[in-house]
Amino acid sequence: MNSRYVPLIGFALVAGLLGFGIHYMRNNSMNEVPSPLIGKPAPAFDLPLLDQPDKRLSNADLSGKPYLLNVFASWCFACRDEHPVLMAEGKALGIPIIGFNYKDEPDDAKRWLSQFGDPYSVVIADREGRVAIDFGVYGAPESFLVDGKGIIRYKRIGAITPEIVAFELKPRLAAMKEEGS
Amino acid sequence: MISCKRFHALAAMVIAVALLLPIVASAIDVLPFKDHAEEQRFQNLTRQLRCLVCQNESLADSSADLAKDLRLEVFEQMQQGKNDDEIKKYLTARYSDFVLYNPPLRGSTALLWFAPLILLLIGSFVVYRIVRRRAAVPRNQPPAASSEDDW
Repeated sequence: MNSRYVPLIGFALVAGLLGFGIHYMRNNSMNEVPSPLIGKPAPAFDLPLLDQPDKRLSNADLSGKPYLLNVFASWCFACRDEHPVLMAEGKALGIPIIGFNYKDEPDDAKRWLSQFGDPYSVVIADREGRVAIDFGVYGAPESFLVDGKGIIRYKRIGAITPEIVAFELKPRLAAMKEEGS
Repeated sequence: MISCKRFHALAAMVIAVALLLPIVASAIDVLPFKDHAEEQRFQNLTRQLRCLVCQNESLADSSADLAKDLRLEVFEQMQQGKNDDEIKKYLTARYSDFVLYNPPLRGSTALLWFAPLILLLIGSFVVYRIVRRRAAVPRNQPPAASSEDDW
């Protein structure tokens, strides 16, 4: 081979590598931390309700039925984008959506819900964010799909969009129904 | 000459202080350490852990809210007498290996660990080839001007 082409080949290799990098970064979010909890039981929690702090909700109260746990906060901008989607499509999922109010002032959260609407069956409050650590939460919004056996089936990091509902949540819900869990 | 030496000493001091600054600045929250050794251990451990929110910062350096919570969690587990490995295990169970700056060696990370070695081997082979080829050219004779060398 004519060694005159060596630099050209070298350039093409490096350009190819960088091009692949750009392509890969576009399609795979490198900021998303993969959850090691998928396929495992949801962490135990026992938290007060947002509107009735003397009442509490724990895993035991929920066992036997699937639910969607949605981490939100009044300080979270992306939650505002997500909220209309939950309002519009939440009911059609056919499972309770449990609001997980993350590191929020209760009054702010209540005002937020009365202003934008309340898509949740029940809202639990984790003011300290300690239970959120058990769930591996590192931002809001995040959502966990938990089946009837209490196993986390899917985690969405970031806002739920109509596409997520159609292509991620609904197929999994159908599969869960088929299994009878 | 003396003033010049003084200036150097002063410059060295400024640089030393500047290098120490990040260490001072990282002590964001006031945690009740019982002694200096415990604080050292805490700093050392949180420096090996990645903040999940601003992922280019360690847990020790980050001022993100979650980093603060996680530092508190690490501190409390230290108080409970857990060792560094147990605390790391606790965090990886929730946040995956991502939380560690030092990834563990396993099948999925083998490329990450051995790629530098492989690249070094390829590089040495290329250098070896070039050196051998140069050595093959007779010493006292200038290399023949070949059409391939003109770039």
